[in-house]
Amino acid sequence: MSEAAPTTAPRDGRGAPDHPPAIAVRGLEKSFGDIQAVRGVDFEVATGEVFGFLGPNGAGKTTTINMCCTLTKPSGGTAEVAGYDVVRERDNVRRNIGLVFQETTLDGYLTAEQNLRLHAELYGVQSALIPARMRQVMEMVGLWQRKDSPVRTFSGGMKRRLEIARGLMHSPRVLFLDEPTIGLDPQTRRSIWTYIRTLKASEEITIFMTTHYMDEAEWCDRIAIMDQGVIVALDTPEALKAEVGADRVRIETEDDEAAIASLRERFGIEAVISEGAVTFRIQSGEEFVPRLFAELGIPIRSVSVSRPTLDDVFMSYTGSSIRDVEESSGPSDRDKMMMRAMSGGGGRR
Amino acid sequence: MSTTADPQLAPPAGAPPEVVRVEVPERSFASELRAIKIVWRRELIRYRSDRIRIATTLVQPLLFLFVLGSGLQSLSAASTHGVDLKTFIYPGILCISVMFTAMFSAASLVWDREFGFLREMMVAPVRRSSIVIGKCLGGATVASFQGVIVLCLAGTVHVPYAPLLILGVFVLQALLAFAITAFGIMVAARIRQVQSFMGVMQMVVMPMFFISGALFPVSRLPTWLGVLNRIDPLTYAVDPMRRLVFSHLHVSAAARRVLDPGVTWWGWHVPALLEAGIIVALGLVMLGVAILEFSATD
Repeated sequence: MSEAAPTTAPRDGRGAPDHPPAIAVRGLEKSFGDIQAVRGVDFEVATGEVFGFLGPNGAGKTTTINMCCTLTKPSGGTAEVAGYDVVRERDNVRRNIGLVFQETTLDGYLTAEQNLRLHAELYGVQSALIPARMRQVMEMVGLWQRKDSPVRTFSGGMKRRLEIARGLMHSPRVLFLDEPTIGLDPQTRRSIWTYIRTLKASEEITIFMTTHYMDEAEWCDRIAIMDQGVIVALDTPEALKAEVGADRVRIETEDDEAAIASLRERFGIEAVISEGAVTFRIQSGEEFVPRLFAELGIPIRSVSVSRPTLDDVFMSYTGSSIRDVEESSGPSDRDKMMMRAMSGGGGRR
Repeated sequence: MSTTADPQLAPPAGAPPEVVRVEVPERSFASELRAIKIVWRRELIRYRSDRIRIATTLVQPLLFLFVLGSGLQSLSAASTHGVDLKTFIYPGILCISVMFTAMFSAASLVWDREFGFLREMMVAPVRRSSIVIGKCLGGATVASFQGVIVLCLAGTVHVPYAPLLILGVFVLQALLAFAITAFGIMVAARIRQVQSFMGVMQMVVMPMFFISGALFPVSRLPTWLGVLNRIDPLTYAVDPMRRLVFSHLHVSAAARRVLDPGVTWWGWHVPALLEAGIIVALGLVMLGVAILEFSATD
């Protein structure tokens, strides 16, 4: 009786050829008192994409993600996730999303298996399928052997991996990861990215994540750069870098001052001395090198050409490097504080 | 012994990469009941794995009953008309044990928030009320275990193991466990630190205990204490329990008059059923408030 056929609610889109976007956000805003954390953002994430939200702490990434996963009510605008409105159809959104937060939300006193089982049952996953699904997600993150250990005995990296596994227990259509690799060692970070790629390959799932690691953003299919509550750029990492265009060329010369002057006169290039070498930007830097040798007129000892990085992209849009922004905004992480204040329930009134 | 099997041999690498896909059904009444059950069961699992807590729940009532009871016996022998003081305070001790345990159970909610697990439950596709109800029933169940342990000790303080007595006391203490857990959860909705929660609860629970008549008869109290006593909800848990115990004792009429006078309102004897009803009603009201508090938050 209670096994009454799993409601044949139209899970619109799953498997169908023309998907609605996994996430569609229009004019989304959020203010906390006087602070405008998110000032009208628009974007769409296609089904199956790995979409990254990049920006310094306090840029509004976490607030945006919280609105998308029904944890925070928007002050304005709309957001649809898996085809459902985050305000009006909150429970339908929740059925279809998996969440991994910055802070751990595991029960340390329960074993890994108990944590996952509790989650699956809370979401109403058919009990017959739970063991197989659990084994699959735990094997993916390499924790199957540890399923009977209490979670409090796990390291930070293991906990994060377990949270990812738990977020996947109910086969969500969209997985939200808020800074999934923050505070982890490089090796664990790499393995978490391996899981994300595995997921993308094996399950029909859309991944929406925030990060402030530039090197990780490279792994995303598309990224949105967020700064001070607005999206300042949105494209594939390659396209964004191409937009910045210019390569960075560094040369060591016999006479740097003369080289700078010569670059200005002969090529019209403004160069600066950075980290003990003459540095400038130019389109197709590699093709420029032969001309440089031929025409500069000053002996060159070494030359290096580097493609633009996402850090360059970030700098070109926001006028400062992500590290500078972080330092000036200090460690007191506005995003995190808001996340605490807005979720968890209760308290402060 | 020529086993050549290499234990290091790689496991069958090509485990079928077939994806086990599961479905999350739409929310329904059944799913809410299931959520209540899951949250309830988690409380029990956690209690079972917490050996220290089990140990303290075992030791505490012994301490109250035998140390306090035996210690004061010599002082009070004259006025208890030959009834063992331990027998007299037994219902009160049972209540305070249950209260303390219920309080600790409710504290786990604050704990859950501090360690993030509350959020895991809050984002699930179920109603907040289901989570709060599950939490409350779970806490009440754990607290009731405590009551059962004290019930087992009945014989050691000359309280007979009469089936009706045991059943009645069990039901009463379960109601109390429920009401106190509901109260604790109501308080926990507004408090973010375990320490402050414990402080608040102590401030409320200890006076409730002392005023309730758990340790003294409620007749012939000074007026101010009499008034406070009638206001104290715990009075209405201790009194029916004591009546039940005394109805199964063979004691003199004088002893009964002094030790088990029953609670009166302006001279009217409050029936035991009404007293139990008060506990239930209070519990439900506080649970309702707790649900409202949790539902109101984002």
